[in-house]
Amino acid sequence: MNEVPLTHILFVSTALFFIGMYGLFTRKNLITMLMSIELLLNSVNINFVAFNKYLFPDKLDGVFFTIFIITIAAAEAAVAIAIIINLYRSHKSIDVEDATELKF
Amino acid sequence: MSTTEILFWFLSALALVSATMVLISKNPVHSILWLIIVFFAISGHYILLNAQFLAIVNLIVYAGAIMVLFLFVVMLMNLNSDSEPQKNNRFKIAGAISGGCLMLIMIDVIRDAGEVQNAKALVKEGNIGLIKNLGMVLFKDYVIPFEISSVLFLAAMVGAVVIGKRN
Repeated sequence: MNEVPLTHILFVSTALFFIGMYGLFTRKNLITMLMSIELLLNSVNINFVAFNKYLFPDKLDGVFFTIFIITIAAAEAAVAIAIIINLYRSHKSIDVEDATELKF
Repeated sequence: MSTTEILFWFLSALALVSATMVLISKNPVHSILWLIIVFFAISGHYILLNAQFLAIVNLIVYAGAIMVLFLFVVMLMNLNSDSEPQKNNRFKIAGAISGGCLMLIMIDVIRDAGEVQNAKALVKEGNIGLIKNLGMVLFKDYVIPFEISSVLFLAAMVGAVVIGKRN
């Protein structure tokens, strides 16, 4: 990895982040929106590990941040999928536009 | 061009193309399978960065657990490309413009950042990413976040069961 500069990794993670953000903006399906959130979290993880390895190679803080992000992502996915299943049961659809009870 | 560089470019291209395919494919099952390929590419990046434990954890938790959960739900609800809600063109253009502008700003900021320009990773030497050193730090310096995350998991488990229960 000595040949690859840090900026290249940052470009990759930036592109992944904004692909995920575009998905979050444009998709209306709750499950694909959740997948876009996973993409965002993963691009942040790459940033944490790359900064740790390039700028502070003798420390491990970035790696632990990534491990805790993965932990929280797992918990978040479980709860979000429970909510989606409940919503599907009552509305027969997982389109965000159909879940308008909390509006106004 | 060394092997590391070739691997880096290949994994980056794989990650970006698959991430785009996640958004393009109409069928939710296909987008989940593309997302699994993204996770494999990201794990490859972790291995290149000498974080082997993280790569394995990423594969087990993301590709193994979360994606199986997603697949189960998608198949349980019998989603396919017909039930996919139609996207509004206006939203697509707005998303492309706002996402693209922010991405341009971020790329320019990264290119001008002086501190990261000449940073070199020390990945060939040292065994700091090995699981022994990781465990030593995790159970000494990070023991409180570790325990708190176990409480968080308990709360998430109870919450998921309570929310998903048919009443």
